[in-house]
Amino acid sequence: MTGERTHMRRRSVARPLLYGALVLCALLTMLPFVWVTSGSLRSLDEIRSDPGAWLPQHVTLDNFVRLFQTEGFGRFLVNSIVVAVIVVAGNIVAASAAGYALAKLDFAGKRIAFGAVMAAMMVPFTTVFVTQFVITVDLGFADTLTGIALPSMALPLSVFIMRQYALSVPDELLEAARIDGAGEFRIFFRIFLPLAGPAVATITIMSFLYSWNNFIWPLIVAQSTSSYTLPVGLAATSQAAAHVTDYGLMLAGAIVVMLPVLVLFLFLQRYFVQGVSGTGMR
Amino acid sequence: MTATIGPTTPRGARRPRGARRTAVAWLFLAPFALVFLLYTAIPTVAALGFSLTDLRGTDLRHPLAVNFTGIQNYLRLLEDPSFLRDMLNTVLFVAVGVPLTMGIGFALALVLNSGIRRLRGTFRTVFFAPVVTNVVAVAMIWQYAFNANGTVNKVLGAVGFAGPNWLDDTHLAMPVVIALGVWRNFGIAMVLFLAGLQAVPHDVYEAASLDGAGRWRQLRHITLPLLMPTTLMVSVLLTVFYLQVFDEPYLLTDGGPLGSTESVALYTYHQFGVGEFGVSSAASFVMLLLVTLVSIVQFRMLRPRT
Repeated sequence: MTGERTHMRRRSVARPLLYGALVLCALLTMLPFVWVTSGSLRSLDEIRSDPGAWLPQHVTLDNFVRLFQTEGFGRFLVNSIVVAVIVVAGNIVAASAAGYALAKLDFAGKRIAFGAVMAAMMVPFTTVFVTQFVITVDLGFADTLTGIALPSMALPLSVFIMRQYALSVPDELLEAARIDGAGEFRIFFRIFLPLAGPAVATITIMSFLYSWNNFIWPLIVAQSTSSYTLPVGLAATSQAAAHVTDYGLMLAGAIVVMLPVLVLFLFLQRYFVQGVSGTGMR
Repeated sequence: MTATIGPTTPRGARRPRGARRTAVAWLFLAPFALVFLLYTAIPTVAALGFSLTDLRGTDLRHPLAVNFTGIQNYLRLLEDPSFLRDMLNTVLFVAVGVPLTMGIGFALALVLNSGIRRLRGTFRTVFFAPVVTNVVAVAMIWQYAFNANGTVNKVLGAVGFAGPNWLDDTHLAMPVVIALGVWRNFGIAMVLFLAGLQAVPHDVYEAASLDGAGRWRQLRHITLPLLMPTTLMVSVLLTVFYLQVFDEPYLLTDGGPLGSTESVALYTYHQFGVGEFGVSSAASFVMLLLVTLVSIVQFRMLRPRT
């Protein structure tokens, strides 16, 4: 970044320092992950006798076994997966269609439609959740997985990402097909969608992440344990467990919730980062 | 808010638009439009309506029992010491959280962007990892670590300090809640700053260093001014985001001890929980006004440059 030659000498001192600082920061960032991993591998007795210890004396998977034996845990996991699948599928369909229209079609009300996307990104959740809840009840979706998934099935962020991507697809390509007499739907499915791979990947990841980690909305909609998603179930379990200080169960649960996302992130972090830096939104 | 960014087609270049073309386009938009109407447009208008009534959770099945009460809910908020306390808590969260998150994010972006080649991707991954983690899971880890005889106090004990019970202390709970927020979000700031830094052309620095400008001066006179739009965007994004803070205080302390970590969003939720839908909606509308205000400021400040 700076002139290579002029700073050669100073850099040879600065660089190890920079790396040292970075490694220190990285370790601090990772500490919670280290704690939770080592904590989850300790037996209940060990945790009770010394909750703050760093490393397990005897590594055991006992907490995980107990976790999966816990009433409802398997159900929470399945619910989370089902909701995530609905949300991701909905976003791919709704956002690719809407993004295409906003970028590539000319129609009455286009400004209003795009304004709606921007506005939807800005309305605070706390402003709408009471009425969202009332609507969900009125539609008969209270306490159902559909009710949990529906509001996030067309995330404005997904539409925005898809629109930005569609803008970069050359008009000539679509125009040529129009001249050949292809209808808009044909053009969308045959020409646009096959080109939109990277955008679809970004949307898939962002909406999966959103759905998997979403907490407050499922907390409001899910009233019986049978429709709890993983985060809601975990929060409930931990509140119940707090009285008996069953940290082992909590930490194992924390690992199970975080692991899929962390693994996915490790493989696809390029898209995560793109999604964030490309739009400046979560 | 609505008409700030329009489509960019120049007027002369419009293709012929017919009713058919418009109908087709709206067909494409239909799924998004439906969800938007049901879950954003109608709820926002309805929330304004609710906030002017004495609607309670128990009235949902008897809509006729609800009375129009005008701005009474808003007056009640002004007189409610716990709402004012929660406003202050939220401001504190923003005032401490935003600069910390931005500072850490900016420093890391600067270091990663300057001469660090090896392991750059690894570092970026590590620093971004907290962003994608589940807040419920992370809050559990935080509780475990900040427990009276948890890991943090273990460390403090090793160097001779008797650690407090962090989350039960009215003065110490808030710093822990803020720390969780900062830990979860500095990665976003870092990535946005990295994107901004990479857009700064290299030759500007080369010219400056030929003129004998040192690194510090380059930072002050080139990087910082050129990064202004990014800095503004990050600061307003984080401000809007932290204004709405809910997950962290809810999961760590549920607003306690003694309301010392209750945010406005949490107030809204608690009022909803006790069935005070009208009051809850009024509080949430105060939030919408705040967020809109900040968003308008953002657009005003960013517009001349972009």
